Amino acid sequence: MDTTTIGGCAPEAAICARGISRDFEAGQTTIRVLHDINTDIRPGEMTYVVGESGSGKTTLISIMCGILWPTEGEVKVFGTDIYKLSDTDLVKFRLNNIGFIFQQYNLIPSIDVASNAAVPLIAQGMPREEARERAKVLLDKLNIGNQADKLPRQLSGGQQQRVAIARALVHEPRLVVCDEPTAALDASSGRRVMDLLREVAVAPDRACIIVTHDNRIFDLADRIIVLEDGRITHDGKEMPDGH
Amino acid sequence: MLWIAIRMLTGDAQKFYGLLFGIGFSTLLITQQMTIFVNLVERGASGVYNAPEAEVWVMDPVSRTTDVSYAMPGTALDRVRSVEGVEWAVPHLRAVANVRTADGDLEGVAVIGVDDSTLIGLPERMAKGDKSVMFAPDSVVIDDTGTTRFFPPEQNPIGERLELNDQRAVIRGIADSIPSFTSTVVLYTRYSNALNFVPGTRNRLSFVLVGVSEGQTPEQVAARIEAETGLKAETREEFSQAGVNFIIENTGIPTNFGITVFLGFVVGVAIVGLTFSLFLRDNIKQFGALKAIGVTNSKIVQMVAAQAGMVGIIGYALGVVGTVAFIKGFSANPFFKGFYIPWQIPLISFAAVVVILAITGLIAIRSVLNTEPASVFR
Ligand SMILES: Nc1ncnc2c1ncn2[C@@H]1O[C@H](COP(=O)(O)OP(=O)(O)OP(=O)(O)O)[C@@H](O)[C@H]1O
Ligand SMILES: [Mg+2]
Repeated sequence: MDTTTIGGCAPEAAICARGISRDFEAGQTTIRVLHDINTDIRPGEMTYVVGESGSGKTTLISIMCGILWPTEGEVKVFGTDIYKLSDTDLVKFRLNNIGFIFQQYNLIPSIDVASNAAVPLIAQGMPREEARERAKVLLDKLNIGNQADKLPRQLSGGQQQRVAIARALVHEPRLVVCDEPTAALDASSGRRVMDLLREVAVAPDRACIIVTHDNRIFDLADRIIVLEDGRITHDGKEMPDGH
Repeated sequence: MLWIAIRMLTGDAQKFYGLLFGIGFSTLLITQQMTIFVNLVERGASGVYNAPEAEVWVMDPVSRTTDVSYAMPGTALDRVRSVEGVEWAVPHLRAVANVRTADGDLEGVAVIGVDDSTLIGLPERMAKGDKSVMFAPDSVVIDDTGTTRFFPPEQNPIGERLELNDQRAVIRGIADSIPSFTSTVVLYTRYSNALNFVPGTRNRLSFVLVGVSEGQTPEQVAARIEAETGLKAETREEFSQAGVNFIIENTGIPTNFGITVFLGFVVGVAIVGLTFSLFLRDNIKQFGALKAIGVTNSKIVQMVAAQAGMVGIIGYALGVVGTVAFIKGFSANPFFKGFYIPWQIPLISFAAVVVILAITGLIAIRSVLNTEPASVFR
């Protein structure tokens, strides 16, 4: 099932990345951190992107989800060539199609948990109360329905990350991207969060990309892509031997 | 989203109060100082305001204000009276004199001689006593501010004797008047008395106060008086403006108050600018997350504008209320007698608040707008 050698995009691909390169200026010199990446991300799967620190994982998923322009190449998300969109259209595309989970949760400290989880719906223009009700349903599924009226800082790290998961899923995006979702959590709460994420996020028409270092959760992956120095060196169900 | 913006702001109590303080303090300083400035320079026109019946003031061409005047010969009165459109014209004397108080202190006072029969030239209201006391022999009416200068609060000045330029004078009433710029004690007396109190040269008629006939405007009559008598004639408005201008031109007051108002503005920009930038920087991660999730820059601008608007309205209200409280609180103090806040001043300070927030908001928001959404993954 290696589509990377084929130039075209499979019609069912959630993300179709072709010829992705990315340069960063470092002082006088230009460093290429991604080299001609070709890959498809399929819906219905949880895809892990793993690799050493500095290998380009964050850069790759940022490009895949429309928040970082590639130096070369193109990205289609559900058939839309996202970097050909106008700035405003790209922002709207993200709002309607992508859910984000960050390492540091990035919740808004002064509004309660339900409102935080409802942010994408509010940003889409849904009335606040309706959006909060929708968010509470999801918070229930994530076993923190009883915390809905608390402020984020009254919750544990694992609970806050679950709020972030609710926020990433509340508007039913077709693509969910997470960068190191468990990095700030201890082992057991990290595991619980990822189990829950798998339960609620994976759906036949939704793709899920997770960047992680955390080898304790590799068994939850449907597919693992390994990056080394900006190149894909492994792509399969299991981690390659030696890791 | 605007609701979220407001909650972000109020949720950070320290910075929220800091911003309110900055705007409130600026508003207070600007409004209060401008109010004092306007009221103070208007004191330059107090002589005109205290003689409300006079519609036209006639004087020697070199005279400038109620307090800076050159006397005319007594015949000027009849010449003015003969001008068409002059309904009535009365003599008005203004001079300085020395008073020896009961304690033996010497004080400079202003003596104002008002028309013997009509008492035109006397302030509209009396604080104590009736205007008719003016007809008693040696009678003077002291202004209320002067009372506080001459007598302790517990002492009733009515009936007190004064030695006015070595003449005997008896205080028989207190006038409710607007203090002069220098808060000099003012003694009102009839014109004929004043001539006795104030030793003088041949010419002692400082002003002729004129009322105009029906169907005539003060401007027309003043112009006619000037043309026919060669004297200077100014309407009430012109002459009060002249008094104000005299203060503005001859004192350092505009510069001093100007500096304070400017400082109020600068302090506002500094406090608000710093706090606002800090506030936005503290929330930069949240703004970055919102941008990644899909909030457009124009929506972010609206959010920050809502935050600035909230701070502006509350801070401004606090500042204005503070000014009103200040003026009210000091209204018993003779220095602040009759102080009011002209409607233009809150408008000006509101404009200043808008400018402060626009400047600081534009500076602070740049960091938010320049935040790459990709930075949220770092
Ligand atoms: N904005 C940037 N400016 C300059 N260099 C950058 C920038 N972002 C990333 N890089 C560089 O690109 C390389 C890849 O970075 P990236 O963040 O994608 O790595 P990563 O695999 O996510 O690492 P980590 O596991 O530490 O998060 C690194 O060498 C990094 O220093
Ligand atoms: Mg990374």
